[in-house]
Amino acid sequence: MTAATASRYTAEYSSIAPTLPGQNLPWLTALRQDALTKFSAQGFPSLREEEWRYTNVSAIEKKLFSSSLIGQAQEPVATELLAAYQLPDAWSVVLLDGHFCAELSALNDLPETVSVMSMADALAKQPEIVERYINQAVTNDEHNFVAFNSAWFTDGLFVHVPAKLVLEKPIQVVHLNTQNDALASTRTVIVAEQMADIKVIETFVGLDIAYLSAAVTEVFVGVNADVTLYKMQCESNKAYHFGGIYVKQAKHARFIHHNFAFGGLLARCDIHTDLDLASECELNGLYLGVNRQHIDNHTRINHLKPHGISRELYKGVLDDRARGVFQGRVIVAEDAQKTDSQMNNRNLLLSNDAEADTKPQLEIYADDVKCAHGVTVGQLDEKSIFYLQSRCIDQETARNMLTFAFANEMVDKIKIKSVHDQALEQVLIRFPQAGVNKEWL
Amino acid sequence: MLSIKNLTVNVNDKQILKGINLEIKPGEIHAIMGPNGSGKSTLSHILSGKAGYTVTGGSVTYQGKDLLEMPPEIRAREGVFLAFQYPVEIPGVSNIYLLKAALNSIRKHHGQPEVDAMDFLTLVKDKVRLLEMDEKFLYRAVNEGFSGGEKKRNEILQMAILEPKLCILDETDSGLDIDALKVVAEGVNSLRAANRSFVMVTHYQRLLDYIKPDFVHVLANGQIVKSGGAELALELEEKGYSWLEDSKAAV
Repeated sequence: MTAATASRYTAEYSSIAPTLPGQNLPWLTALRQDALTKFSAQGFPSLREEEWRYTNVSAIEKKLFSSSLIGQAQEPVATELLAAYQLPDAWSVVLLDGHFCAELSALNDLPETVSVMSMADALAKQPEIVERYINQAVTNDEHNFVAFNSAWFTDGLFVHVPAKLVLEKPIQVVHLNTQNDALASTRTVIVAEQMADIKVIETFVGLDIAYLSAAVTEVFVGVNADVTLYKMQCESNKAYHFGGIYVKQAKHARFIHHNFAFGGLLARCDIHTDLDLASECELNGLYLGVNRQHIDNHTRINHLKPHGISRELYKGVLDDRARGVFQGRVIVAEDAQKTDSQMNNRNLLLSNDAEADTKPQLEIYADDVKCAHGVTVGQLDEKSIFYLQSRCIDQETARNMLTFAFANEMVDKIKIKSVHDQALEQVLIRFPQAGVNKEWL
Repeated sequence: MLSIKNLTVNVNDKQILKGINLEIKPGEIHAIMGPNGSGKSTLSHILSGKAGYTVTGGSVTYQGKDLLEMPPEIRAREGVFLAFQYPVEIPGVSNIYLLKAALNSIRKHHGQPEVDAMDFLTLVKDKVRLLEMDEKFLYRAVNEGFSGGEKKRNEILQMAILEPKLCILDETDSGLDIDALKVVAEGVNSLRAANRSFVMVTHYQRLLDYIKPDFVHVLANGQIVKSGGAELALELEEKGYSWLEDSKAAV
């Protein structure tokens, strides 16, 4: 993209800037200024960049999505939508069109030592902690969606969990988008100190309108801590979505990510994690594309120290003219001996016009490691179809059942029941013909 | 029950079955034995309706109907059951789900209502005990991560629940240790009934120690070259197949 087109966003920036949180913080002003300079020069990432070669975001430049100044719930549609996605058994933070909405959020009875608040609140109440973490797991140099986010973010979520605390309920952040042609740019920082254990669900939903959701999340998993992060991307089918999750794992830290990409006209997600000594990560992903959806998932697992373990499985089901992109990179540094890494991407194409672009990359600089990767793009397995037929299931039902099963394998990995049920519901909505009787599952 | 007349079958223009004749009456157990490549598996696949085979001549009549005309799922609903040599793993579908879907397909085919949930659970748990399986297998994905023996037990479990009329066991003994073999054989024996027939395709006589056949047929080069009683299996165990391979089709 050219600077000229980026300038439409840049031109608007001066009117938005005074409304952004953290005006009084010189370090944040500097961060935003740096980001703005980078974004103004290059605009959004272009197809010429290797990591963006399959995903054309020029539609975002053609439309000008503007930040809403305040989150105002459009009763009752927005609350109905929220009710369908807000988990009953979680602390929840609702970001309405990019702004924290206290009346829709539920943060009662949080342990006193735990911080769960909006990013705007955190910048006002504990800016020194935010400063310690923000822009540390990812920088504006990563690419210009990150820079754009740094300059434009209006709010977000801040979570800080002290050492040795196991949070008994998950934390959910619901990104609720209700305004046409609006931009919701949010920044989230999640910190789990040594031996803490937390589960966070990022849910993205919107009304049936066009909007741009640009969310960057930085996660810090302390020594021997556990963080499980779920992403339920259920954006409207007219929406544009960029989500970046950047993780720093300390020694012996465990990070599990479940990435469900259900919605969006164009959706891109980055998941990058850096592993220290003997830390472990598990990245699971499921993308279901229909119509003209374009879904791009981009993962990077960076083994920096010895004895790290990484497991990655991404599955895609693509129908109609949908396109799925998977770029998975595993980097094993020279020092990262005894790394054990497995990466798999499996795609199921249900139509002749659907497309899967998959690019697994291993970059190994150590010499005593175990790294495997596998990729498949194909149709349903004929042996499995015959097996089901021989068990009385007709061929069409068998195909539908196997398609559902292919996706359901990822849903079955979810350990929180309410999240599992929600994901299952989303999968079932997308396979109405699956003939799958929910009551039997 | 089943009548195979002069059946010839090609795979990729190569003749695999060269005129098979076989009559199976209700309640009988027939063992089909033979060396590798003799066409044993082809025969079980043809009976169950697997794609990739061309029938070039002959007929297969099952309960008075042309079996070859029916798609695989209709054969299954009509009571033909194939216990696979290599059961397929289906991640994402639980065992109990498949069992229920299969049983209800059969009931629907016969104009019966869906099975009652409680009755179904009782039935399934009974059969699970019969096959000395752990109940938690029911809730695991079909065959996923099962050992060879567990997969074979699972096949017999499905058979016990679906109550077919014609059971085809394709190399059911392969990959089973002796304890698992006994359990599987007991499962099969418990299903023996006057209106249920079995075709056991096997390379070795071992399985026949536990499930006694009424008839043994030797398949070689796509033809049945010898038929006899249970004692024929013992003779084969002793002499091997080579003395029969060159002989002409049994009349």
